[in-house]
Amino acid sequence: MKVARVIPCLDVDEGRVVKGVNFVDLVDAGDPVELAARYDQQGADELVFLDITASSGNRDTIVELARRTAEEVFIPFTIGGGIRSVEDARRLLRAGADKTSVMTSAVERPALVTEMAQEFGSQCVVVAIDARRSTDADAPASGFEVFTRGGRNRTGIDAVAWAQEAERLGAGEILLTSMDRDGTRDGFDIELTSAVCDTVGIPVIASGGVGSLDHLVEGVTKGHADAVLAASIFHFGEHTVGDAKAVMADAGILVRPSS
Amino acid sequence: MTRPLVAVLDYGIGNLRSAQKSLERVGADARLTADPGLIAEAAAVVLPGVGAFGPVVSAIREAGLGDIAIEAAASDRPFLGICVGMQAMYEGSEESPGVAGLGILPGIIKLLPDTVKRPQMQWNKLVVAPDARQSPLFATMPDGGNDAWVYFVHSYAAVPDEFTIATCEYGGPAVAAVQSGMTFATQFHPEKSSDNGLAILKNFVDLAASTGAASAASNPTGSATSGAPDES
Repeated sequence: MKVARVIPCLDVDEGRVVKGVNFVDLVDAGDPVELAARYDQQGADELVFLDITASSGNRDTIVELARRTAEEVFIPFTIGGGIRSVEDARRLLRAGADKTSVMTSAVERPALVTEMAQEFGSQCVVVAIDARRSTDADAPASGFEVFTRGGRNRTGIDAVAWAQEAERLGAGEILLTSMDRDGTRDGFDIELTSAVCDTVGIPVIASGGVGSLDHLVEGVTKGHADAVLAASIFHFGEHTVGDAKAVMADAGILVRPSS
Repeated sequence: MTRPLVAVLDYGIGNLRSAQKSLERVGADARLTADPGLIAEAAAVVLPGVGAFGPVVSAIREAGLGDIAIEAAASDRPFLGICVGMQAMYEGSEESPGVAGLGILPGIIKLLPDTVKRPQMQWNKLVVAPDARQSPLFATMPDGGNDAWVYFVHSYAAVPDEFTIATCEYGGPAVAAVQSGMTFATQFHPEKSSDNGLAILKNFVDLAASTGAASAASNPTGSATSGAPDES
């Protein structure tokens, strides 16, 4: 049986949570570990930390985050952002991360995905894909193009084909973000999500655009995603993960109930 | 109370730190180690593992931990294999044909059916048969662990046999936990299964504390658990 996962995503800069997390009773709203523990209590199935630290030279703060999270939070967590080598991934996994996510570095050097999978196993390797719709004459066949470097750099690569290639290279999971929808609160790009989910055999996490709990339902029922990722609807205290699970269960989706 | 020494076998692969930290959380003095002396002293031994069967078994053997794990499992001390650590305890796996496993448990690990997505990377519910709900691993849990949600990441699984104490439904019953005497193994990750996982690990650590205290009482040279017997 397939059990859909609900995954809060935390953006982290220099080891601190950014993007206005707004729980009322946190001791330190910027502490990723305290937030992670809160989401665990709410019934989050996994967590994703996205390291957006601008100075890419210093990996120590994100490794320290992995260490502290592994001491306090006993659900799986993924760390993405700035991972360029097997060695970067190894430090995070040894510190306690369960999975590492690569995006730009995988597009620029696809062999990295294979190297990581051979070294740590596919289950530790998430390939993150930022995709945008394209109507240009030279648009990729699926109509969705891969962007890198935080959405600034277009690659000309077909997002659906790249997801298939990532699976072939050894990725264990795809984290698929619609750059068109990200931040809009208009819901997932269902066409993109289903196009990828229907063509790969590995689990896909849908991301980008969630503004309501119904959007999470659509991601699974119409997008065919294995997991749904959201940030702001949870961070601002509008909804708990438990609320999300309840709405999904009412819609007939199998989820792990929040205790 | 005494914190039982639990040796988490460190063969340089994957994320072992979560296993160590979760065992500490539930009362163990958990050490990541490949030191035969320390492992011999431990009240219980844990064999974690992630990745593919062949590389994991090779890494265990290259770290000199193959025979040590086999001996530890054969002793009356509690032993727990986790995920690919569990799979390594069998005789082999379809994932790595020709690679001999540790042979602590009989049988060959099989690929999950092609009717379901592989890997299973999700939470799933344990199905614990009524006569297995008194297993030390589950006994303290509501309904003896039946219907407890735990986290799985795997493409291969053991075949149900007389040692099976729990399965999960994933294209048919997939083995989730086994027990043979004081030897246990879980296909799921208790260290990543939030409160349910911590409850299972606490049961294991408490078992280590009680059996360790018992063997220390009967064996004055047992240094790991010297001191007052602990019936936690």
